[in-house]
Amino acid sequence: MSTTTESTEAKRRGAFSSRRVFILAAIGSAVGLGNIWRFPYVAYENGGGAFMIPYLVALLTAGIPFLYLDYALGHRTRGSAPLAFRRISKKTEWLGWWQVGICFVIAVYYAAIIAWSLQYTIFSVDKKWGADPEGYFFGDFLEAADITDGLTLDVVPGVLIPLALTWIAVIAIMALGVQKGIGATSVVFIPVLFIAFVILVVRALFLPGAVDGLDALFTPNWEALTHAGVWAAAYGQIFFSLSIGFGIMITYSSYVGRKTDMTGSGAVVGFANSSFELLCGIGVFSALGFMAQAQGVAVDDVAADGIGLAFVAFPTIINEAPAGALIGVLFFASLILAGITSLVSISEVVISAVRDKFEMSRVGATLAVTLPAAIVSLFFFSTTTAIYVLDTADKFINSFGILLVAVVSMLVLAWAVRTLPVFATHLNEYGSVPVRMWWIVLISAITPAGLTVVLVKEFIDTIEKPYEGYPDWLLNSAGWGLAAAVIVFGVLATLVRWRPDTPLTVPAAEPREEIDR
Amino acid sequence: MSIEAVVMMIVAILVIWGGLALAVVNLSRSPDRNDP
Repeated sequence: MSTTTESTEAKRRGAFSSRRVFILAAIGSAVGLGNIWRFPYVAYENGGGAFMIPYLVALLTAGIPFLYLDYALGHRTRGSAPLAFRRISKKTEWLGWWQVGICFVIAVYYAAIIAWSLQYTIFSVDKKWGADPEGYFFGDFLEAADITDGLTLDVVPGVLIPLALTWIAVIAIMALGVQKGIGATSVVFIPVLFIAFVILVVRALFLPGAVDGLDALFTPNWEALTHAGVWAAAYGQIFFSLSIGFGIMITYSSYVGRKTDMTGSGAVVGFANSSFELLCGIGVFSALGFMAQAQGVAVDDVAADGIGLAFVAFPTIINEAPAGALIGVLFFASLILAGITSLVSISEVVISAVRDKFEMSRVGATLAVTLPAAIVSLFFFSTTTAIYVLDTADKFINSFGILLVAVVSMLVLAWAVRTLPVFATHLNEYGSVPVRMWWIVLISAITPAGLTVVLVKEFIDTIEKPYEGYPDWLLNSAGWGLAAAVIVFGVLATLVRWRPDTPLTVPAAEPREEIDR
Repeated sequence: MSIEAVVMMIVAILVIWGGLALAVVNLSRSPDRNDP
């Protein structure tokens, strides 16, 4: 592809202006809520300091190699997830649409958590939750109804308004395009997020009891390394944290120049994500150590993750800590910054696919995707039963959506289409980290095997015990039903024809020029 | 904090943040060849 053709393609599809912007956007996507509220607890629960060993093994044998697979697919084929798979083989296009379906579902509920964080940033100033943060969050803020009575359409205005604002922001960013929207947002948000979190961590480290929290997090339990579950947790954490396997990295890498060092960039993204995760672990457990000391209990009694950590434990810490309001604003603003850059990347998977399939304008495709997503989001996630639908959809779409499509697509690319040697050659053309036989072995056998263990464990756990004791009708609709529906959507979407002027073959590589190495 | 916990914290920081530093140094040696 000549430079002129590449520039025409960049104008038509959109492109990142430089490698730096691409890397910041990829870090923005990878660094999300999971880094802040999932990693610290997973590490604590699975061996503490000893967890670092399976975690690093998973990063090097699954995370970064899988990142390279996504990069190779998107960067070589220059397409959104469905177009990238279509250009590899007609029979694999459905995998791309399956990923698009997953991203649409996640975007719809992910926005709600950002909306809660928006409200809680403001609440932090005067500690609006009062002396009982748990009762306030579920009762006063979410107005959570009893799910056994069925779904309600009772709207909670305190959630509806910030949720609408979140969608307006996302629609504006997406309409501005790849560079001026996604790229510019990441270039500003990621450094601000880093600075905000560093201030938060430093503050937390000086709280009384912080050392006890760090002691709980880092004291190694070497015996844990003999448990398969601990290794599965490490592979699961790396996998869910890096935004791999469901179209985001395919889409982003299709927007970066042909001569980009993708392997060198991927190493930076992988280690940056883990570096931020470690920082989150230090900050969160310092704060939990303070909370334990203030309440006169063990760290184990206050350790939490997810929604409970963010909206119950942190408000408790903010209540009791000196300069609590500062901690609150920094913490919830960090959730917003990390959440928005991830939500933007998830939305782009869908918008990019619609643009490629229908040759639509940027604004047209943005509105065609985000308006329905916003309406569904506002409809389901501003009601008094939103929390249950969100929790169920999140659990099932992660385990039986993202993880399943990742394993299937990896096996298809490795064993059915047998495209890994071609990908390795592509990555090596401008890459600074040589991709050799080790990568093909990892991607075709080791990584799918590791992720399959995680998947099977999730499946057995979910079958044996109804998730969170929720009623069957909820698990069968927002859980299993949704996970199955995105697969059906993937297959059906392939029936829609591509526009005649969309080339369905891999774009020819630019003739290799002599370059200074 | 126990000695073991301190050691593990330092090792984790050195390996992960050190890995990031190495990755950044490696990338800075490989110039962005795309047209501006």
